[in-house]
Amino acid sequence: MTPLAGYLMVAAMLFAIGLAGALTRRNAILVLIGIELMLNAANLNLIAFWRYGPHPEALTGMMFAIFSIAVAAAEAAVGLGLVIHIHRHAHSTDLDAMNRMKG
Amino acid sequence: MTFIFYLISAVTLAGGLLAVLLKNTVHCALALTVAFAGLALLFLKLDAQFAGFAQILVYIGAVAILVVFAILLTKGSETPKDGVYSKNWPVGLVIAAGVFATLGWAVMASVKALPNQNVAAPAVSVLDIGNALMGRYVLPLEIVALLLTAALVGAVIVAMHEKEEVK
Amino acid sequence: MQEAMSFTPQVAASPIAQWLWLIPAVPIVAAGFAALLKQPRRKLAAFLAIGSMSFSLLLSLIAFGHVLVGWAHHAAVRETVNFTWIQMGATHVDLGWVLDPLSAIMLVMVTFVGLLIFIYSVGYMAHDENFTRFFCFLSLFAGAMLGVVIANSLLLLFMCWELVGLTSYLLIGFWYQKPSAAAAAKKAFLTTRVGDVFFLLGIVWLFAQTGTLLFYNAGAGSMEHGALAALLSQHAAFGLTAAGAIGLLIFAGAAGKSGQLPLHVWLPDAMEGPTPVSALIHAATMVAAGVYLIARVYPLMQAGMPLGASGMASTPALTVVTWVGASTAVFAALIAVAQNDIKRILAYSTVSQLGYMMAGLGMGGVAVGMFHLITHAFFKALLFMGAGSVIHGCHDEQDIRKMGGLKSDMPLTFFTYTIGMLALCGFPLFFSGFWSKDGILEAAQHWSVAKAPFYMLVFGALLTAFYMTRQVAYVFFGTWRGHKPAHESPAVMTMPLAILAFFAMALGLIGTPLWPWFRSFLDDHAAPFDLHGFGEPGLLVLMGTSTVVVIGGLMLSWWIYGDREFKADQPDMLEMAAPWPWRLLQNKFYVDEFYAATFIAFYGWWARVADWLDRRVWGGAVTGVAFAVRGWAHLNRFLDMNVVDGSFDKGCDELASSGGLLARIQTGRVQTYLRILALAVIALAAILIWSSRA
Repeated sequence: MTPLAGYLMVAAMLFAIGLAGALTRRNAILVLIGIELMLNAANLNLIAFWRYGPHPEALTGMMFAIFSIAVAAAEAAVGLGLVIHIHRHAHSTDLDAMNRMKG
Repeated sequence: MTFIFYLISAVTLAGGLLAVLLKNTVHCALALTVAFAGLALLFLKLDAQFAGFAQILVYIGAVAILVVFAILLTKGSETPKDGVYSKNWPVGLVIAAGVFATLGWAVMASVKALPNQNVAAPAVSVLDIGNALMGRYVLPLEIVALLLTAALVGAVIVAMHEKEEVK
Repeated sequence: MQEAMSFTPQVAASPIAQWLWLIPAVPIVAAGFAALLKQPRRKLAAFLAIGSMSFSLLLSLIAFGHVLVGWAHHAAVRETVNFTWIQMGATHVDLGWVLDPLSAIMLVMVTFVGLLIFIYSVGYMAHDENFTRFFCFLSLFAGAMLGVVIANSLLLLFMCWELVGLTSYLLIGFWYQKPSAAAAAKKAFLTTRVGDVFFLLGIVWLFAQTGTLLFYNAGAGSMEHGALAALLSQHAAFGLTAAGAIGLLIFAGAAGKSGQLPLHVWLPDAMEGPTPVSALIHAATMVAAGVYLIARVYPLMQAGMPLGASGMASTPALTVVTWVGASTAVFAALIAVAQNDIKRILAYSTVSQLGYMMAGLGMGGVAVGMFHLITHAFFKALLFMGAGSVIHGCHDEQDIRKMGGLKSDMPLTFFTYTIGMLALCGFPLFFSGFWSKDGILEAAQHWSVAKAPFYMLVFGALLTAFYMTRQVAYVFFGTWRGHKPAHESPAVMTMPLAILAFFAMALGLIGTPLWPWFRSFLDDHAAPFDLHGFGEPGLLVLMGTSTVVVIGGLMLSWWIYGDREFKADQPDMLEMAAPWPWRLLQNKFYVDEFYAATFIAFYGWWARVADWLDRRVWGGAVTGVAFAVRGWAHLNRFLDMNVVDGSFDKGCDELASSGGLLARIQTGRVQTYLRILALAVIALAAILIWSSRA
């Protein structure tokens, strides 16, 4: 297995773990944590391909990853702000209980 | 595939696993930090120094702290009565497993097509990254700046009404 | 003697001829008004009827005067007014009316006798509650009869003929609550219908052959030379020409209406109607319509006869007319001998005299038959009205065995009745019946085909004298056999009797051989006062013969019946002498029973067959169709509800439930959505990889 394949497998595993967390935990914050893990796995993918792909001097993968980090930060801020807001109304962060949109 | 690589990968994956498995939400946030750190090391191993340090600064320095703040503000440290896993959680697990299977199969099936392992490290310096940011990628940079501003303002607004409602 | 009709072509219609249509129209309009009246308005109804009839009489007199003037100046009057009624492409059906001596004479007779009978009815029907209805029907009848008289088109004549038949039905069955009256009306209508079917066939055939139904139409009419020649050239079955066959068919209609053998059965039963009806319809006018019809179509009946031949040949049509007439005369006279109802005797007498008229037409020509028709109208109407007076005076008794001795109780009735009776018998010299009957006998004597009719008619004259004397003896002589005493009738009833009696005597004057005015008038040649009229060979002998016959019959009957005391329930003299013949005659030769057993029984059977067919076969088919349709409707409903609706409803239900199923994806929980997203990603990735691998 080439190094690239190794990194990609790690990224895939991390992604799967993050997805499992997002899909199975009750707490909203843990869903956000899962999402962060998924984002990071994607970043790893990007950097690995930048490193082992053609034309690394073009810095495409690196740039992509940097911007991804920036956006992820913004998204985390807003998302957690929303969770806090929801907690204020529902007095819990239990996602199973929040089914007002049911039907 | 060096030993370093396996070690760092194991740490990262362990951090990630713990982040989704632990009962106490604060412990999950700490495990998440470990996972972020592991990822930063992987970035450094991949000769992406700037990305690695950016990861440490932003993710560990900001996002993880933010998560902890959110946990504390939402009394997330209390264990919920119904358990931590949602209804039908095996379904989620299966789906995640399916996703992993797809990705892993895609990776393994295309090993032959992937470049060989002894590619030289790219000669990239931070100066080059700075030039690129100010040159070719100046537009995304400015847009991201706008985005961050909006997110800042938005987050403040979304979280702000607490004071008024408490009265 | 048979003479050729030789009219000059018609002149343009004079004013009276153009207004001739008013004569039948006014009574019909009066009838229309009277139909709308309520029953208590008697005076108005009578006024309408008598007023309209007087008006028609006035117009008829004017018309007659006009024709008379024309005749006197040797300018023949036959004026017609024709108009097209139906136009079908090239063929057209015309109607019209004619004013000539024949119609003029008939008009005067019908209106005059009709008017007298109307006046008489005011008294006779005074106690009847349906007075208004009676006068309405009388007016309608009068209008229709006058329409028959003036018709120039065989079609118009037929239409008025049917209307006359209808009013006869209405009047015979006037007291419709009596079952016998209703049955008699039905019998009259149906029997005349049988004749009318043949009449209609004749009309259709005539129209097909000649293309016109007008009698006279400036040379193009069906009674004029061109059409007759065409008809003579066509040959029908049994060796007849078309002319002869059509003539026979028309005679069948006349036979029905005039009660000739074998269609005479309705006339005696028609006595169920009120007596004025019997007088008007069944003595003077309606039954005379048949004779008038034959006189009208005489050129057709006569067509093909060699003119002026000394052998005096006859056409087949006229031969049949003669034989039927002569047989009817004798047949009816025989039956009249054995009847006990005062009106029935007179009815059979009418049938017999109509036979005389037909025989006269057949053997002697229009003038001979018409003269007897005119005189008969007057004295028969007189006799019927006298009988009505008797019935009225005897408190509605009609059996002559329960009357008697009325000559002292009802002298005026007795006097006028006797005059009428003598006229009917043909008592010599002073009574019109003598002259008219002698005219017929003379024609019979000279008939070249056979001598038998002459002897039959002479025998009939004997019988006529016999039964009339019997009737008079029973009714007016002897002693009163009834329960309540009789009384004379009021003046409104006896005045018409007197007037008619006068005419019964006076009319003879216009038909004697001394001054044969009537014949000359009809045949359109001058009428000299011929003193040598009696000098014709055999004429005096004939007059002597008929005198002997009449007086002989009278004396014979008087010897048997005259001035004897009868008891009410005592059987007749002749009945005791010869019971079997008597019973045969009294039961009218069992003709009615014969008809009932054959034609009517067959018809009843046929009606039952038709009813069965109608109810079972046609009705069954209709019911079957109805069932099929209903079954089909049920099937349709079933299919519609279960298959169409059901499938539609099921489809909608499935759609709704599938919607419900799909809605279960929307749990409202974020993680569910995330899971679905992840599944979609797997699927998408798989597809992409697979497609790129290929």
